[in-house]
Amino acid sequence: MTTFPPGTFTPAPGRGSLGRMLFAHARTEAMLTLRNGEQVLLTVIIPLALLVALSVMSVIPMPEPRVGSATARIFALAIISSAFTGQAIALGFDRRYGVLKRLSASALPRWLLVAGRVCGALVVVALQIVLLAVTALVLGWRFPLAGLPWVVLLIVLGTLTFGALGVLLGGALRAEIVLALANIIWFVLLMVGGVALTVPVGFVHLLPSAALAQALETSVVHGTAPGAGPVAVLVAWGVAAGALATRTTRLT
Amino acid sequence: MWGDGDRIGCLTVSPNPQPAVEVSGLVKRYGSKTAVDGLDLIAQPGAVLALLGPNGAGKTTTVEICEGFRSADDGTVRVLGLAPGDEALRPRIGVMPQGGGGYPGIRAEEMLNLVAACAANPLDPKWLIEVLGLGGAVRTPYKRLSGGQQQRLSLACALIGRPELVFLDEPTAGMDPQARRLVWDLVTALKHDGVSVLLTTHLMDEAETLADDVVIIDEGRVVAQGSPAELTANRPDDQQLRFRARPGLDLSLLSAALPEGLKVREAARGQYVVEGLIDPQVVSTVTSWCAQQGVLAEELTVAKRSLEDVFLDLTGRELRS
Repeated sequence: MTTFPPGTFTPAPGRGSLGRMLFAHARTEAMLTLRNGEQVLLTVIIPLALLVALSVMSVIPMPEPRVGSATARIFALAIISSAFTGQAIALGFDRRYGVLKRLSASALPRWLLVAGRVCGALVVVALQIVLLAVTALVLGWRFPLAGLPWVVLLIVLGTLTFGALGVLLGGALRAEIVLALANIIWFVLLMVGGVALTVPVGFVHLLPSAALAQALETSVVHGTAPGAGPVAVLVAWGVAAGALATRTTRLT
Repeated sequence: MWGDGDRIGCLTVSPNPQPAVEVSGLVKRYGSKTAVDGLDLIAQPGAVLALLGPNGAGKTTTVEICEGFRSADDGTVRVLGLAPGDEALRPRIGVMPQGGGGYPGIRAEEMLNLVAACAANPLDPKWLIEVLGLGGAVRTPYKRLSGGQQQRLSLACALIGRPELVFLDEPTAGMDPQARRLVWDLVTALKHDGVSVLLTTHLMDEAETLADDVVIIDEGRVVAQGSPAELTANRPDDQQLRFRARPGLDLSLLSAALPEGLKVREAARGQYVVEGLIDPQVVSTVTSWCAQQGVLAEELTVAKRSLEDVFLDLTGRELRS
């Protein structure tokens, strides 16, 4: 028989500080992503390899300056990989293993459950971008510094929009279906969604992937503000996906 | 200090302290199926209440409504005097959902640290990991823990924030006997320290060992409630004589030989039960009848009804589909 000294479990309830909860949750999310081999392959290795390939090989047509254009497009891909595909798959399996229910049962407020995931995703995206940017600079990318605030803004906006889409997918369907769909959509967006190539078909410009790639190209290559059109497309997708996801996302 | 004495003193001063959980007229439907059908229960503060019932009786639905995970279709639920969904309530309660819950890739201590970060005065996660026997699996990701280990981690998550009230939904499901014993010791310690416990189980011995109050539910309704002693020892003539013998014996002669008011039946294959006021004369009648039949009565025992008998009498002996 195990005995416990009297008073061991005497109630002393209370909620932890919001800052500490947010930090602990965001750190956990980022740590688990970076520890997952498949996630690292998807979010780091593949974008890095494609950046090098697009920059040095002229198989795929790319506007000049070649490295700059490639960098902008790979930034977009990295955001889609991490915020959309990675987030959707992680959420699908987190639901399967009951972690959302577990955390909802703790003192963590619901809004913080979302905020922690967003911050975790932003941390991972920031690391991806730094790694890709350093590689691009080595490959000869010349970044017009005037574009920095725009690039940062677009990265945050892209992460939020694709994060909302990822939650929409990962929060409603079974984990295996999420896994398959999230990877297929990633591949389709990369090839014909205006990420790797500029697709001269009208409706493609209305996809969030094309909008993000186009907006980033403007700011990364020319250092100027992105056009209102692509930004509006991103915001519209993000708002619609977020609004829908709050209705469809299930804890388990 | 919240010793037992203080708590009893408090109860004497205030004859009607606020219940830990108060459910009245609770109804929950899933489509055309009524899972909970007008259920009432009161869990007293600082006591252990066991919600006992067969699978599908509505135990988990009831508990999940109390925890705020599901909404009720009708009736009222107050938990520590608050509505179940109240944000102010969650830091005060500890929840162990059925089947646990954790990030697939997280290690036990990381998960417990995360939940501990949500509490103002958490227990020491390292200590709790050791107490629950998870110290040997510190580097194992959650998805590779055994079912019993996941359950124990889930219990740790329920207790880490030093709650006033804990909900344990089938806390020992999938555990080996040692782990089960540990959970029982923990629940006992919680009660001694003044924590209110509401647990669900379909294990009679668990309810009988741990609970101050047992609520037996079936098909979403309360079919009996009371302390284990009240439920099992209501009348002096409510006794049983049990024995094992060859299956299929003809009981008509024995039935005729027994005094008025006693009933005999073959409760299970080869397991015979005589119910009523069992005195030495009855035992003698049974053994001499056995001798006439040329059978040896094995494992002959006289006992009061167990909680299992009460449970089976109330919820039926047939397997449910």
